[in-house]
Amino acid sequence: MPRILGVDIPHNKKTLFSLQYLYGIGPYLAQELCERTAIDPDKRAHELTEDDLAKLAKLLEDEYVVEGQLRRQVGQHIARLRDIGCFRGLRHRKGLPVRGQRTRTNARTRKGPRKTVAGKKGVKDMR
Amino acid sequence: MGRSTKKGPFVDERLLEKVDRAESSGAREPIRTWSRACTIVPEFIGKNFAIHNGKTFVKLYVTEDMVGHKLGEFAPTRTFRGHGGKGGKSSKK
Repeated sequence: MPRILGVDIPHNKKTLFSLQYLYGIGPYLAQELCERTAIDPDKRAHELTEDDLAKLAKLLEDEYVVEGQLRRQVGQHIARLRDIGCFRGLRHRKGLPVRGQRTRTNARTRKGPRKTVAGKKGVKDMR
Repeated sequence: MGRSTKKGPFVDERLLEKVDRAESSGAREPIRTWSRACTIVPEFIGKNFAIHNGKTFVKLYVTEDMVGHKLGEFAPTRTFRGHGGKGGKSSKK
């Protein structure tokens, strides 16, 4: 299996899709990479030559921010918001949705699994 | 959706005037304002503000990182003191 930028090993899918297993590469960038390295996007990833891989790796390293570097960058942006104590930062700190979504219901992605509060609904009946 | 670039950032002119005056007179006390929608511009760096949150004025010392945000983002309008009384972890401010 081919390796690009160290750890990532996309498998025997077409190059266009295989590249998207890297963090920071989506459909658009995958297409762009194929064009710029003159690799046939329909070619299976395991058919890529050493040369192709080197070209991809070089291009990604020089001109794009992907994987660890991108993750760090995103983390830094969030850390900045937290530090300055602005509204968005507060939402990040509390683990609530940041962009004004409702929290009365839903918002489970941010809030995590439901924490059931005992006796919340049937409090009156219990008396 | 962002604001049109054509218009540039919204800066309350009267507030900017106030800042200028504070700058030239060297006044140290916080600048009171209700203009929560005003964008923080580089002129505001190092100034103290007191931003209205609907009830009281929240103090804010503006740093470089805050440029581009709105003043209101730093003065929360809601206070959440936690759910439930006894039994749970009690309220904090």
